[in-house]
Amino acid sequence: MATVAGGADQSADQSAAQDNGALIKPNNKRGTSRDWRFAWLWAGPAVFFAVVYLIYPVLDTIWLSLQNETSSQFVGLKNYHTIFTNPNLLEVLRNNLLWLVLGTIVTVFAGLVIAVLVDRVRIESVAKAAIFIPMAISFVGASVIWGLVYQYAASGQPQIGIFDAILTRFGAQPQAWLVNASVDNFALILVYVWVWTGFCMVIISAALKSIPTEIVEAARMDGASELSIFFRITIPMISSTLTVVATTMVINLLKIFDIIYVMTGGNFHTNVIAVEYYQQLFNFNDFGVASALVVILLIGVIPIMYFNIRRFRMEVQR
Amino acid sequence: MSANDFVSPASPVGSAPPGAPVTTPTAGGVTQEPRRPWGERLTKWTSSSALMAVVIVIALLWLTPTFGILVTSFRPGPAIQSSGWWTAFAPPWHFTVTNYVNVLTSQGIGHAFLNSLIIAIPGTILPTLVAAFAAYAFSWMRFPGRDFIFLAIVAMLVVPIQMTLIPVLSLYTDVNLTGTFLGIWLAHTAYGLPFAVYLLRNFFSALPADLFESARVDGASHWRIFTRILLPLSVPALASLIIFQFIWVWNDLLVALIYLGGNPDNAPLTVTVANLVNSFGTNSYEVLTAAAFISMALPLVIFFSLQRYFVRGILAGSVKG
Repeated sequence: MATVAGGADQSADQSAAQDNGALIKPNNKRGTSRDWRFAWLWAGPAVFFAVVYLIYPVLDTIWLSLQNETSSQFVGLKNYHTIFTNPNLLEVLRNNLLWLVLGTIVTVFAGLVIAVLVDRVRIESVAKAAIFIPMAISFVGASVIWGLVYQYAASGQPQIGIFDAILTRFGAQPQAWLVNASVDNFALILVYVWVWTGFCMVIISAALKSIPTEIVEAARMDGASELSIFFRITIPMISSTLTVVATTMVINLLKIFDIIYVMTGGNFHTNVIAVEYYQQLFNFNDFGVASALVVILLIGVIPIMYFNIRRFRMEVQR
Repeated sequence: MSANDFVSPASPVGSAPPGAPVTTPTAGGVTQEPRRPWGERLTKWTSSSALMAVVIVIALLWLTPTFGILVTSFRPGPAIQSSGWWTAFAPPWHFTVTNYVNVLTSQGIGHAFLNSLIIAIPGTILPTLVAAFAAYAFSWMRFPGRDFIFLAIVAMLVVPIQMTLIPVLSLYTDVNLTGTFLGIWLAHTAYGLPFAVYLLRNFFSALPADLFESARVDGASHWRIFTRILLPLSVPALASLIIFQFIWVWNDLLVALIYLGGNPDNAPLTVTVANLVNSFGTNSYEVLTAAAFISMALPLVIFFSLQRYFVRGILAGSVKG
């Protein structure tokens, strides 16, 4: 939640940050350069890791995306052309877009609704804990959990998956949730929703509690209905929190990997960019297309990165 | 579970947003309220009970899938295949721990659990240390390029980890780090760094400057200030960070899959369980559920015992790339 953390709560930090100068202000020139080298000793390891594992690889991957599968020849935008013309890869992009849109909307919406509901009951913290628990569970664990929920058996067989057990109880045909291409993407997205709604709920809930009660009381006095209070006061007052939560979901969903890798392996028309990347890398050994795929992910986060850096910069300089 | 953990603000470490949740429902509000007519009180009571019921149903729905595999993991294999886990509560009660014994001894889950610990403990300590040194320099030392370097590191927060895998992997192949614990520790150190530096710098720079100034006047070295003043004051931030990083590394699949690829001996729980799903498919839930539950046990214990730090850490760190 770095994006939230940097918000209002940081204002107090800045006065302290300003005072740094006085503390370390050098007395003379020799002192300066010694302090300088000394500081590098402290920050050096972090800089080393950032350069070797993050900054250089990102630039290298962009470069690799412009070369052929073995990175032996420059091919320009050919890999991107492949991605945007190959029907399988287009499907991968479409699926990722579905994840992005649906995953974000549903988690934020469910988080908002649940946060509003639990805000008014006495068992608030217990209910919140119940919904937050999946955040402790890995996507791999969640995939096993939901694999059992979606477990399919042919009609007439004992149904051990809870969804198909309910369907057959009401006389309907059991569904192969993870194989049937018309539902499998939604089934997988539901697993993500189950894990991350708790996160959205807790953040939104904190924002709801920060709305001054006087404002709501005043609106109530003026005869505003609960619904119009919600849409005219609550939503606008937590809109920045909603943006942050939605941004976090977008960043997560762009690179979603584990759920699909474990539950369907990208089969049955469920593949997404991160899984396709893995397959291009290890099954097809095509470094060019693999790199181009993740550069598309990078392009997706660049706007977020831009706004983050602008905000961090203001925090640092203020 | 402490009642206040989830009511407390979402802000990471202690530094509460101004005027966050100070709206504690005061007892005064109840007494001051004029007595409402009987009918109105009844509607209010029914609507609040209905709301309570809705919340309880949602919470139960959320718990059901996890509860399902917990129950399944204690049932014998044939029973799992022939009836849903919800029938286990009707007689005859067949519960067993064989599944756990089986996965721990013959499916390599015990070994994988150890590997997960071997990966996650240094994978947590290393980035915390590296980030703490750097964050101290970024907040209390002055050197050219300081802000630029800080911004460059935290800009990496949102970069998808996949952007870095191929170049690092080929680097690893050159220096023989693929498949080794050292390789994966270093990788987790780097991937955990942007968030750790960001979190700790925010916390460190918010500490009062007088503290450091007087220590400097008294002739204390940076090292002394760091170990004697800064670290003891930063325990809440460090606790949140350590818990977040530990859970992140423990639950990680991708990094382990990529860098340990060719070496199943070093595979952590996530990779081992994912492989079990692939090899058994869905025909062997007695193995899968027990294995999955073992992989979830430690994070769940941490969740229930250190809930406050856990929630803060998760909330503070969720945009990590």
